[in-house]
Amino acid sequence: MVEKTFNITSADGVHARPATVLVQNAGKYESDINLHYKEKAVNLKSIMGIMSLGIPAGAEVKITAEGNDEQEAIDHLATTMKNEGLGE
Amino acid sequence: MGQLQGIGASSGIAIAKVYRLEAPDLTYDKTKIDQPADEIKRLHDAIDVSKSELEKIKEHTKKTLGDEHAEIFSAHLLVLSDPELINPIEDKIKSEDVNAEAALDETADMFINMFKNMDNEYMKERAADIQDVTKRVMAHLLNVTFPDPALINEEVVIVADDLTPSDTAQLNKQYVKGFTTDIGGRTSHSAIMARSLEIPAVVGTKDVTRQAENDSMIIVDGIDGNVILDPTSDEIETYQQKLADFEKKKQEWAKLKDEPTKTSEGEHVELVANIGTPEDVEGVLNNGGEGVGLYRTEFLYMGKNQLPTEEEQYDAYSSVLKQMGDKPVVVRTLDIGGDKELDYLDLPKEMNPFLGFRAIRLCLERDDIFRIQLRALLRASVHGNLKIMFPMIATLDEFRQAKTILNEEKDKLVQEGQDVSDQIEVGMMVEIPATAVIARQFAKEVDFFSIGTNDLIQYTMAADRMNERVSYLYQPYNPAILNLVNNVIEAAHSEGKWAGMCGEMAGDEIAIPLLLSLGLDEFSMSATSVLPARTQIKSLSKQELASYKDEILAMGTAEEVVDFIKDKANLV
Repeated sequence: MVEKTFNITSADGVHARPATVLVQNAGKYESDINLHYKEKAVNLKSIMGIMSLGIPAGAEVKITAEGNDEQEAIDHLATTMKNEGLGE
Repeated sequence: MGQLQGIGASSGIAIAKVYRLEAPDLTYDKTKIDQPADEIKRLHDAIDVSKSELEKIKEHTKKTLGDEHAEIFSAHLLVLSDPELINPIEDKIKSEDVNAEAALDETADMFINMFKNMDNEYMKERAADIQDVTKRVMAHLLNVTFPDPALINEEVVIVADDLTPSDTAQLNKQYVKGFTTDIGGRTSHSAIMARSLEIPAVVGTKDVTRQAENDSMIIVDGIDGNVILDPTSDEIETYQQKLADFEKKKQEWAKLKDEPTKTSEGEHVELVANIGTPEDVEGVLNNGGEGVGLYRTEFLYMGKNQLPTEEEQYDAYSSVLKQMGDKPVVVRTLDIGGDKELDYLDLPKEMNPFLGFRAIRLCLERDDIFRIQLRALLRASVHGNLKIMFPMIATLDEFRQAKTILNEEKDKLVQEGQDVSDQIEVGMMVEIPATAVIARQFAKEVDFFSIGTNDLIQYTMAADRMNERVSYLYQPYNPAILNLVNNVIEAAHSEGKWAGMCGEMAGDEIAIPLLLSLGLDEFSMSATSVLPARTQIKSLSKQELASYKDEILAMGTAEEVVDFIKDKANLV
């Protein structure tokens, strides 16, 4: 399993548009991918899961991936976080 | 076969198949099933069809409204691929042996409630998204049609109880040949939209949704307000001829496009048009409008989550002024409240919205909102021939207050070094009978009057224009209304000012000779009415009509007035 931690820098937190792109990209991988925030973890392939977390600006979140393509998955999602202006 | 009488809301004739636009019946029975695998396949089939529809809507929205508006459908598509939603539905089918409808409904409900109960406006709105998407899947499970006006791809006539402004905005003119509704009148939103889209429409038929069946033929005659169901081939032929005649007449009108509006003795009156958005200007110019007599600014404030910024407003106003060049543009300041609600202002519900906290009343109390609009207007004024008018003025004091605020903002802008035109005329709407009665006192302080007949009639006759049971009291030709209109025109002229009219009445063929007789200076109407009105005015003598003025004003009933003027103005 691989993991990476991010600080959410976007002023609006994780809102609909970047969440959509994250979910679309996560869906391209076989691995189980989860997003952890506070005590909760949700499937990063689920738009409703992510939105249900209501992640605000300044939050610290963790992405974990486990499976055959875990490394590619997490690298791609890290780039997505950056490109969408969510955080690094 | 059958015929219905309604109100012709937008002229022209449409002959096409019926397309019923209605909320589908999504009730279902919860049943026990014994083949969960079949049930799961049914679920996935319904989801797949829904997805391909959403893809199409997304593409369509991208083309018509742009990427940003299409984004919402990407999120909708993800909801339908969401394992957190789909897996629990499948589990429910397998473990509880229930049908796909029940499993979908119960699972979706759980999520909808979860989002609804979140302490966050944004999340609450997501509940509506999930609802939208699952309704579509449910419709496919039940094999009922889920209507998407944006997806129509053959020639149809839309049949609906009523059309919301957003329904109307989604209509594609290429395929939607006309529409007809149960409720509504000439001045309801759907009717006004139909005229600006130039789609034939008959509203207020009371019964069309009960009688018209999907895919049967229907004729909508927006000229005479008739709807014919399942027409015979003879009837179709008759109406095709009527349509051809109408097209020919339109070509005749088009010849007057670039000519000034003159009466038979050559006296000029001004024919201008009503608009709601900068996009409407094209229609005004194509139809030969000599200016804009009413720019309704409400649309800038509607259909969004927050007030428009000064820049947004400046862009819209500048665009209209630039397109119109040196032609006059009369902008009505914000007329919101009453029946036109803005969710984000959080105004309390009122018992009697038409007599309540709206328009200038709201603007004077919330002058923060008002000042932003005035600043945007003043800055835009350098781009054309701007005139500003305030809606729903009841007292002189209200007009003075509004004008003081306008002057304060103007001084501020000048101090900031901004260019502001110093030729801006400032007038008021005459909608409240109180102002028509003492128009002489107002005329000393305003630069012009514009008579808003829809409201003036409803207030004078004390008859709610949305209430069909009292619609017989909506009487534009009632001598009471004509005497008030006359008061306003005389008051304006005695102070060397001008008087216009921007209600539906100004484009009406019976009202036009009456208003010429009273000496109205400016007629503002739907853009599509300008050329027919210009054609009519060309054949009328203002001097002759003026000689009947006293006789008309002394009449007792609307019927007498109509009979008299039809005879004098050669109307059949």
